[in-house]
Amino acid sequence: MDFVEKSIQKVNQLGAGGGGGTDSKYFQTTKKGEIHELREELANPKMEKKKEAVKKVIAAMTVGKDVSMLFTDVVNCIQTVNIELKKLVYLYLINYAKSQPDLAILAVNTFVKDTQDVNPLIRALAVRTMGCIRVDKIVEYLCEPLRKCLKDEDPYVRKTSAVCVAKLYDINGELVEDQGFLDMVYDLLGDSNPMVVSNAVAALAEISETSELGQKVFQINTSTLQKMLAALNECTEWGQVFILDSLALYCPSDGREAESIIERVTPRLQHANSAVVLSAVKVMIKYMDLITSQDTLKALYKKMAPPLVTLLSSEPEIQYVALRNINLIVQKRPTILAHEIKVFFSKYNDPIYVKMEKLEIMIKLASERNVDQVLMELKEYATEVDVEFVRRSVRAIGRCAIKLERAAERCINVLLELIQTKVNYVVQEAVIVIKDIFRKFPNRYESIIGTLCENLDTLDEPEAKGSMIWIIGEYAERIDNADELLESFLESFDDETASVQLQMLTATVKLFLKRPAETQKMVQDVLTLATQDSDNPDLRDRGYIYWRLLSTDPEAAKQVVLAEKPNINDDSFTLDPSVLDELITHLSTLASIYHKPPSTFITGRTRMVPTLGGGAHDDEYEESDANITSDMMDGGMGGAQAAPPAMPAPSAGGLADLLGLDDEIAAPAAGGGGMGGAASLAPPGMADLFGGPPAPAPAAPSAKVVLPPDRGEGMQVRSAFVAQNGRVFQQITIENHSPAPLSGFAIQYNKNSFGLVPESPGALGQVMPPQLAPGQSHTGLMPLTATGQPQDSKGHVQMAIKNNVKVFYFQDQCDVLAFLSADGRVERGAFLEQWKSIAQEAALDVQGIGPANENVDSLCPKLEASNVFFIARRKLDGGADMLYFSVKTLNGVVMLAEIGLRPGQGMGRVVVKAQQTPYVSLLAESLKAKLLS
Amino acid sequence: MISNVLLINQKGEVVISRIYREGASQKTIDTFRNQVIASKEAGRLPVKVLDHTAFMFIKHGNMYAVAVSSGNAQAALAFQFLHELIKVLKSYFGDFTEESVRNNFILIYELLDEVLDYGYPQNTSDDVLKMYITQEGNRKAMQDRAGGASSGVTIQATGAISWRKEGIKYRKNELFIDVVENCNLLMSSKGTILRNDVSGCIMVKCYLSGQPECKFGLNDKLLLDNEAKAKKSNLRRPGSGIDIDDVSFHQCVKLGKFDMDRTISFVPPDGEFQLMSYRITENVNLPFRVLPVVKELGRTRLEINIKVKSMFTFKLFATNVVIKIPCPKNTAIANVSAASGKCKYEPEHGGIIWKLRRFPGDTEYFMSGEVEMMQSVSEKVWSRPPITMDFQVPMFAASGLHVRFLKVFEKSNYQTIKWVRYITKAGQYQHRI
Repeated sequence: MDFVEKSIQKVNQLGAGGGGGTDSKYFQTTKKGEIHELREELANPKMEKKKEAVKKVIAAMTVGKDVSMLFTDVVNCIQTVNIELKKLVYLYLINYAKSQPDLAILAVNTFVKDTQDVNPLIRALAVRTMGCIRVDKIVEYLCEPLRKCLKDEDPYVRKTSAVCVAKLYDINGELVEDQGFLDMVYDLLGDSNPMVVSNAVAALAEISETSELGQKVFQINTSTLQKMLAALNECTEWGQVFILDSLALYCPSDGREAESIIERVTPRLQHANSAVVLSAVKVMIKYMDLITSQDTLKALYKKMAPPLVTLLSSEPEIQYVALRNINLIVQKRPTILAHEIKVFFSKYNDPIYVKMEKLEIMIKLASERNVDQVLMELKEYATEVDVEFVRRSVRAIGRCAIKLERAAERCINVLLELIQTKVNYVVQEAVIVIKDIFRKFPNRYESIIGTLCENLDTLDEPEAKGSMIWIIGEYAERIDNADELLESFLESFDDETASVQLQMLTATVKLFLKRPAETQKMVQDVLTLATQDSDNPDLRDRGYIYWRLLSTDPEAAKQVVLAEKPNINDDSFTLDPSVLDELITHLSTLASIYHKPPSTFITGRTRMVPTLGGGAHDDEYEESDANITSDMMDGGMGGAQAAPPAMPAPSAGGLADLLGLDDEIAAPAAGGGGMGGAASLAPPGMADLFGGPPAPAPAAPSAKVVLPPDRGEGMQVRSAFVAQNGRVFQQITIENHSPAPLSGFAIQYNKNSFGLVPESPGALGQVMPPQLAPGQSHTGLMPLTATGQPQDSKGHVQMAIKNNVKVFYFQDQCDVLAFLSADGRVERGAFLEQWKSIAQEAALDVQGIGPANENVDSLCPKLEASNVFFIARRKLDGGADMLYFSVKTLNGVVMLAEIGLRPGQGMGRVVVKAQQTPYVSLLAESLKAKLLS
Repeated sequence: MISNVLLINQKGEVVISRIYREGASQKTIDTFRNQVIASKEAGRLPVKVLDHTAFMFIKHGNMYAVAVSSGNAQAALAFQFLHELIKVLKSYFGDFTEESVRNNFILIYELLDEVLDYGYPQNTSDDVLKMYITQEGNRKAMQDRAGGASSGVTIQATGAISWRKEGIKYRKNELFIDVVENCNLLMSSKGTILRNDVSGCIMVKCYLSGQPECKFGLNDKLLLDNEAKAKKSNLRRPGSGIDIDDVSFHQCVKLGKFDMDRTISFVPPDGEFQLMSYRITENVNLPFRVLPVVKELGRTRLEINIKVKSMFTFKLFATNVVIKIPCPKNTAIANVSAASGKCKYEPEHGGIIWKLRRFPGDTEYFMSGEVEMMQSVSEKVWSRPPITMDFQVPMFAASGLHVRFLKVFEKSNYQTIKWVRYITKAGQYQHRI
């Protein structure tokens, strides 16, 4: 004991001196022949000299010099009684053993001996270090000592050994499983020492994360749960984090169990360690899903809010982590912090990253009740120094307007005030958001256009310019001098960026359509500029399309160009619910900071897959990681920040929609000589535009007998519904089994689910011969339209066929897949929007899926051929594959589907959602059938 | 989990690098220190991702402490750990600077070996670490302890009360309690309070022998209500307790017990520690009010009138009161005068600094001045940063919190001498103008 006190005094004395050590001298040797000298010193029999030399080696190692050639010399020092020297040698070994595996064996003996030392600290040191040496041969020698140490009488050794098992698993998982170490660690969960328990939890969690056995390695049951909860109260702060993180992975069996665990976890919210608090919050939020009692939930909300707020008074980096997490929590459970918006107001000296995150949360929490306060704050921020922050604040005002309709006017007023400041970037940003507000609430705030026009000269950024031009074009009829304004931009047309040029083009065309008389020349100029002088294919294509539209049919042009635009939405709740749930289980980890599931950024474990709805405002990370970026680009569209699609985006897909509106427009365009060049430049998708989409001809389902001859008085009818070239046909086969010829065929449909009717009343007569001799049969393909009144949703089509004998009634089942149109592909952003907004759905479990259909690469084309369009794919942790599809029926019902597959098990699940429900269950059935086919 | 811990200096040179598991390549680390640290790009975000490797870093003085991870690391834990690590290093050698790190790098390696195992933080309590991580530890000494004492060490390092060692003895058993409150205020230019709260902490200096059990009592409203209910008496005047929004405790406090009946009981670590921190937003007594009038007269002149009023009782006084009134960057001359204290335009601080060494309670002081600015080409509007204030008011608790009792129970039943002090300091005390 005396020694302890003495050494503490000594340390304290050192401390009093302020950096009392003198180690820095070891960094100073840089002369030539250094290695040789070191070698000699290492061989020096004097302990002190040896130690000096090893310190020099470590110093060299730290600054990045290669000292691996000294390996033998350093390892020779390992057999020492000096613990400091031993630790230094161990440190060296950890760094270089891998480069000298054969020589590392030299150290094994010492390690093994040390694991039997009387001093528990040395035993632990040996085990700890051995685990860090990733050399197979050493690993073999590690097993026996490790087994002993796992059962050591000293808790310090046991807790070190528990972690060592995780280390070993990473090097050689099979070995760990064969040697039964997993069970031994599992037993440590019941250890009497809380730190041993928490380290065992950490080790098992780590192993289950990497292991192929997955969760099976660490299944929490009632008894382990109790052990963990007991240890939670006693172990170190870090141990509490490990235990809480593992609890977050556990799924309680029911609400009652969830509640009782939450009760045990709640006190942790008062811990000074923010990691403990966040992990406790994670467990509580996750378990809350199981709790139905509103009172209980309310009480929990009340308990959770203050600790979350307290996190904001910790160090800025921790604040940042907390804010990113709160961002998720607010999306999941908005009520928790609904009344706390004030604490998210920025302080003048907050670091910029904290300010930005606070801003995001302010927008999320903004409501009609507090919007005045929020606007006051945002206005204040707009006068700050950091340009990026000011821009975001101005944008935030616009987002508030889009989110809260009733506050829109106040937002506009604030923006106008800001425009008066004449600060260049404030004005530009204000113009951009006002454009969004105009889109959201058309024909409401046009009175301010005048003010905007006054600031035309200040605009020098493409996005602001584009927005202003869009506004001018959109409201051309109300701006007296719209033509002059646009003309002024026209002068510099060639110097503008492509996005501004596109806006110019569209705005001019709009202006022309609204005021043709005085702007004819201008529109011609612009079209010439766009089609002849530009080498941007997008611009040229759009120019040609407008030109042709205008010259062929100005009315059609009006319909296309001045069409009503899809609504834009507040984008503050951007995450897909399933992604959000996944992120909630990863609260306080990096995933919660990126707002992306771990599988998207961890290498080596899961393959990169595009996720649905990657984070929408993670632009900070874009430059840092190409893979993450690609995810984000996909998901980031939509919402207020998207560019103003005055017309559909100029991609091949967009054009398809545009031209698909009217065949008559498409046809001359395809024939036009000027168009040829453009078409060849365009992406391959364009080809089928002009050639007319080559219809995917699905194999006609085998026609089944719907009217047997005994019921049809000798007439047998087979029927099948087929989709071809975007239309539905009934493939109808009539066989004459009767002795007399049949003639005078006519067909009539009853009201059915799809509103299908024959194209003309005499349709059957047109495809059937006037007379069918006995024994003869004939097959006809009768075109149908979907113009009838849809009724019920069973998928039956009842029909009647009349011949010269009498009228026969029968019914056929129409597969919804035959009833899908070729333009059913929904844009990813829109898909996400809808998927979230729809609650009703049909779900079916499928079993016995063949291996071919489990393979996504072969399944998707198969479904695409039936006009079921693949939208996105997501891989879940458990290996499940989630696929997302969209379809559109011929009568315009859009449906979204999710197919979840568990490769290798032949099991899956189909979920279908739609705004209008009639075909939801039919589609689910059909998809199931497809999966089983 | 954490795969590397790096200590990097301002120039981006690695001073300490400890690898805990494979993952981050040396190349990525070099990219990080060259591109992020050395190029001073670090201020924008505390997490940087390069090539699937996340770098979480904090800056302390001229040093960066970095935790590297290539998996889905526990970010909150990593940052908290880095802060704790710096705390430990400071307690070992007084300071955390490049010089002190270089001078003690062997010791730091030893500590890093102990506080983190395979990227999982173990024990970061400096008291316990000091028991067995010493620079002078040689095997013989360890051997001596191996029989009895060192197993004590290991029990200590892993036990339930990992923060206190056995067998502490003091001749005089003393306990010092400091209630330190930071008063935060954000007032709009129109004089309405936008935000006002107190974040306080209770610092304890503990010189007690043995294993004392302490019980600590505050005028916590909920607790007082509980007690009143228990006694079934309605004698207690309403409003005599304070509403605490949130508290967080040192790891020694039994959280379960607090959750149950709001009593604070603990076995304290030896020496100085922060027992609890709390946050209060209701009924805060503002120590000062500032009434500023800042008028822009044309483009180049500014007229400033400030009145500061102390709101606490005349029996107390504040010390080191500093009021900083920001001025535009292009300020040329500032003529300022104040009835008391020193008042001066200090360009290096970007404004007028008004210092009052002693500010009695219930008093008003005035200051006025005129600022002339240079004509400038850019028409950028002055951003009007807020007036900030700094002060200390001893024996005053802005929240109204007071310590009701602190009981010490120990086997030997010794007498304890207790001292309680209060002080309110300015946190973010800002008035917008």
